[in-house]
Amino acid sequence: MARRAGFTAFLALCLGVALTFLALPIVALFAEVPLGDVPDLLGDPAVQEALAVTARTNAVANALILGFGTPAAYFLATRRFRGRALLVTLVELPLVLPPAVAGIGLLAAFGAGGLFGDELATSGIVLPFTEWAVVLAVTFVASPFYLRQGIAAFESVDDTLTDAARTLGASPSRTFLRVALPLAAGGLAAGWVLAFARGIGEFGATIVFAGNVRGETQTVTLAIYEQLESNFDIALAISVLLVVLSATILLSYKLLSSWRRSSSTSPSPFARTSSSSA
Amino acid sequence: MLRAVAGLRRPDKGRIACDGETWFDSAAGVDLPPEARSVGLVFQEYALFPHMSVRANIAFGGARRVDDLLERFRISHLAGERPPAISGGERQRVALARALAREPAVLLLDEPLAALDAHTRELVRAELQDLLAELPVPALLVTHDFRDASALADRIGVILDGRLRQLGTPQELIARPADAFVATFTGGNLLSGDARPLPGGGSEITLADGAVVRSDETAEGRVGVALYPWEVGVALAPPGDGLNAIPGSVHGLAPEGGRIRLRVGELAAECSPEEAQRLGLADGTRACATFTTASARLVH
Repeated sequence: MARRAGFTAFLALCLGVALTFLALPIVALFAEVPLGDVPDLLGDPAVQEALAVTARTNAVANALILGFGTPAAYFLATRRFRGRALLVTLVELPLVLPPAVAGIGLLAAFGAGGLFGDELATSGIVLPFTEWAVVLAVTFVASPFYLRQGIAAFESVDDTLTDAARTLGASPSRTFLRVALPLAAGGLAAGWVLAFARGIGEFGATIVFAGNVRGETQTVTLAIYEQLESNFDIALAISVLLVVLSATILLSYKLLSSWRRSSSTSPSPFARTSSSSA
Repeated sequence: MLRAVAGLRRPDKGRIACDGETWFDSAAGVDLPPEARSVGLVFQEYALFPHMSVRANIAFGGARRVDDLLERFRISHLAGERPPAISGGERQRVALARALAREPAVLLLDEPLAALDAHTRELVRAELQDLLAELPVPALLVTHDFRDASALADRIGVILDGRLRQLGTPQELIARPADAFVATFTGGNLLSGDARPLPGGGSEITLADGAVVRSDETAEGRVGVALYPWEVGVALAPPGDGLNAIPGSVHGLAPEGGRIRLRVGELAAECSPEEAQRLGLADGTRACATFTTASARLVH
């Protein structure tokens, strides 16, 4: 009995250490920032511009991710062919790639003297250090989160349901729109929440590929980096804003997953994929 | 097989045609997609769309007759419900209504009763029997249960390991089982032994345990003897008068449909409750299973 209680105490102690370590920086953020001044600090033109750049670039990036990612995930989830496992691994690679490497890779592909740099330059398109570079960087690092979850979501749709739709006269595209898409919607939304959060927090690939130009490529995370030197309070204020945003995202992700569990009868791959990709 | 007819699975070779229209022909390279084949497939687990109401499920196949179908299957009150909220029997009616909404040229039923518990199964079987009888559409039904098949089908094809063993009415299958598998599938006992033709016609079969029985059918060499329980009676001593008798001890007495089912040795037999009482049958009673030479059908 005593040994068992001792073990429980040991587990609790470790949990206490971990929780303290994880919560301390968050608590410190709120303790250090003059909370009353946060609205004023966020009103700073530099912050406003960073927010605008972040909103614009992420809106485009997320539209690209959803628009191309959904059909791509459906394809990978429903077709079996040689090399499929390789393709899925390729899609997942950016998840484990250091962001700075992603930035260098994008430069090597689209930068001046890069793989497509000359072709782009002659047709008058310059990508690096523009707002489009931010869009590409965010899309590159965030889309695998959506694709991965999307493949799992479409795979969990019962084949007999899509088969049933076909025998009821629905074409493959109507089957996708009316049956597969609505049934996978919960999982797709969860994947999108993850991709969105990753996109907002993007830093490494952006600073390498897009630079840190105020009003042009400076997103909120880059603004924090710059304000560290000049105005620590502004950096704190932006951080508080991002903590609130991140907490909201996490909460909606959790609500979404519990809603999915209660509304779907088929086993969901949610816990497995979320624990490994979070 | 139903998936091949519906176009969900590509057969290796052969030809599938319905009403003069070829759906699949390996030789001619014809393979219509499922949506181009006029089928109404009812899946084993019904495959209702869980995110749509009952009404939307039926309308998915064809919006024109939804109200008619809701009424005909007595599910109008469920029109607004989602499939997970309704019972197994109700789900099956929705699945049937949905399959018929497309006004198919053929109705395909994949083990329609397998997902139901024993009690609902009886009810739904009776419902399905009436429905199939009045439908103007031919139906193809797959089942592992001979009772379902004989209750619902005009003709039964017995398929084992992908080969058609016998095709006929339920009565034909029982009267003349083509082989040992059909005999046991239709509910018969199967004994094996060596047959020897008798001079006056018929044959005498020496069973594996040494017992000798006679059959009206003529055969020679290894044969199976198929015996249906309702043609096997019970007696306490061998009755003589040309009846076959195989001794054994009684066990597994159970009432079934106004009769008593029991086993004598390894043979399933039947008798009336009165007779069971008169003979004083109980587990362990020594008795004989008796049957006529006509009921001993020989199969290979």
